[in-house]
Amino acid sequence: MHPALLGLVTIIIGVGACIGYFYLSNLFLDKVLFPGKGPNAGRNINRANHVRPWLFLAPAVFALGLYLGYPVIETLRLSLTDRSQDGAFVGLANYQQMLAEPKFWEAMRNNMLWLIVVPAASTAFGLLAAQLTDRIAWGNVAKSLVFMPMAISFVGASVIFKLIYDARPEDKAQIGLLNAIWVQFEGGAMSVLFLQVLPIAIVFVFAALVAYAGYIIFRPALSGGGGIWIQAARAAAAALALYLIWLSAGSILGLARTELPYGEPQAWLTLPFFNNFFLMVVLIWIQTGFAMVILSAALRGIPEETIEAAIVDGANPLQIFFRIKVPQIIPTITVVWTTITLVVLKVFDIVFAMTNGQWQTQVLANYMFDKLFRANDWGVGSASAIVIMILVSPILAWNVWNARKEMR
Amino acid sequence: MQSIAGSKSSLTWAVHISVVVMVVLWLIPTVGLFVSSFRTADQISTSGWWASLFPAEQNVVARAADPDENRVADGSAFVVSGNLFDGEEKAISVWGTSSRAIDIYLAGDTADLGDGETITVQASGDYEWRGNDEQIAGRGQRVFATVTAQPEFTLANYDKMLLDESNVEGMAKAFFNTLTVTIPATIIPIVIAAFAAYALAWMDFPGRALLIACVVGLLVVPLQLALIPLLKLHLGIGIGKGYLGVWLAHTGFGLPLAIYLLRNYMSGLPRDIIENAKVDSATDFQIFVKIIIPLSFPALASFAIFQFLWTWNDLLVAKVFLIDATGQTTVMTNQITDLLGTRGGNWEILATAAFISIAVPLAVFFAMQRYLVRGILAGSVK
Repeated sequence: MHPALLGLVTIIIGVGACIGYFYLSNLFLDKVLFPGKGPNAGRNINRANHVRPWLFLAPAVFALGLYLGYPVIETLRLSLTDRSQDGAFVGLANYQQMLAEPKFWEAMRNNMLWLIVVPAASTAFGLLAAQLTDRIAWGNVAKSLVFMPMAISFVGASVIFKLIYDARPEDKAQIGLLNAIWVQFEGGAMSVLFLQVLPIAIVFVFAALVAYAGYIIFRPALSGGGGIWIQAARAAAAALALYLIWLSAGSILGLARTELPYGEPQAWLTLPFFNNFFLMVVLIWIQTGFAMVILSAALRGIPEETIEAAIVDGANPLQIFFRIKVPQIIPTITVVWTTITLVVLKVFDIVFAMTNGQWQTQVLANYMFDKLFRANDWGVGSASAIVIMILVSPILAWNVWNARKEMR
Repeated sequence: MQSIAGSKSSLTWAVHISVVVMVVLWLIPTVGLFVSSFRTADQISTSGWWASLFPAEQNVVARAADPDENRVADGSAFVVSGNLFDGEEKAISVWGTSSRAIDIYLAGDTADLGDGETITVQASGDYEWRGNDEQIAGRGQRVFATVTAQPEFTLANYDKMLLDESNVEGMAKAFFNTLTVTIPATIIPIVIAAFAAYALAWMDFPGRALLIACVVGLLVVPLQLALIPLLKLHLGIGIGKGYLGVWLAHTGFGLPLAIYLLRNYMSGLPRDIIENAKVDSATDFQIFVKIIIPLSFPALASFAIFQFLWTWNDLLVAKVFLIDATGQTTVMTNQITDLLGTRGGNWEILATAAFISIAVPLAVFFAMQRYLVRGILAGSVK
């Protein structure tokens, strides 16, 4: 049978079976099991209403349990066994083997890099885009264009960016946009201006913004307001800000000293360490739109009075943005940040399609796929899946805690 | 907010310019791929796609027609006339008759080739070569011209990748396979989730809060965890690798978000409607089908778009649960990664293949953006 026809039949059977199940099981409950007539009508209706929720829930609970609940436990079990020894229990041997592999540590290091850079950059760009587009007439068109990459698959985006990073030999015309721009620079004053002075300025502005944000967050702690936990959180934020400023200072020094190989086309994806950032650009490009949409709604939800009051008090636009608006949407920023973090932890397609983990770009999800389907080592594969799960679980706990708080 | 006093005019310009820059930055990658998919392999490898958008200057060498066959007597002289480009649309700006001086004449000038032999070349490429019996003989006069070629695009790539049935790398089959995966994998979870969401939103039973917490928790369980156990399960119960397996997998993985979105939406519906219906002795099933489902259409549409985009764009689930060794059931994302491996440098193939796979989600995106935005706003755990 033609697969499309098969698909159609499946839709009809699948949907028909679902609806039939719900309809018939309700009918059975109301007419046969606990009929709402006769001597026990009242009691039967009550009983039927006790059972009915479970009829509605049964398929979903079954599917959730089988496709998401059971695998968590089974993966944990598999990570403690060895497939080649017929599934014998081997304790933590798989984890030991994994921890001894340099490729695993490379994946961990890269994942941490992804976890810092991608959510931060996407949220920052999204916030910027949301703030800017809210103030202009054609903002909705601009928004929808920035949002568009959201519809593009990771694989499609990988092809798009591979074309941008494409490198040809020096004597041929460059067809990759990045190299075409790069070979324009020949080491003159303009090159220094664009590739050293401008990036230094950008990093400097970034460091200044971080310093400003850190100062605003930390300042209330000096006057001793709030509980011990809030104090600790403020101190942690300030420490993070200091660390970021330290990193920025390092990059400024590095940028000032570096000697760039002008005029030679670069194979960007094979430059160790930096190629990670070229891969991250793909995900940032996709996720910025997502961040923008949520943050834009949050910015619109800010009560006008707070802003008007700030204007009356003589606040400048920067102060309004950082001290009035941003503090009010911190919960939304956290949501965006954690959601993108989850995407980052699962990122597989981009690395698989662009480098497949070569040139030191391995990440956990691709490492796991490698172990599973190339090395056929289910034990180590499961162990690395558990590592991903462990990294996700703080967010899981936080989400559940929030959802429960909201329902009370 | 417009009233940030005094600084409006200068700031507005800065805002407009920054947004334009950002939009251009975000669009350029996709545009590059789109333009490349309409160029031939030759064009792609000789110039960047951005060059193809503008008329390009290039140097060409052309030769007048063979004088022995084409010359016409004109009094005592002979004349060969014709078009250097056989009628192709090109515009000559400057030209010459020697490779050492290719730009000494303007279009329309007449070049003196010595001893009364002349050649006149017009901008369109029309020429008139005039001389005596001896001069207009042998081989045609060479003309070196700087021409401006109009942008040239072709549909041949799409023809080859989509319509050519003999092309084993074609996307047609993968396109239908993707569609076959996507549609049931979008519809089935909606049906299952809608009932469950109704129960969680409007029915009272012990353990409801716990179940909702479970759904929120499962929302973030990485799908990587499910791969091995479920593949083992599918192989064990005889489903193996195939459409059924991938439909079930997508259904399972899509359910938490579906239930979460729909429950949030349904619990916001007005209580009066449902209670009135109950007073009128409607059963839960009737309330669900006749009231809840029609009212929840926006949420259903939001989730449908999410699930459609996610299943259409998915690579991992298809690779694990669907694609077997024969490769008959390959989906588009997988076909593209294969092409990236085998045809890494053939950008006309890659760009076309990628664009075929991107086109449908983009169309859905622009058509249903409102619902997508609504879904995103409702779906992010607050």
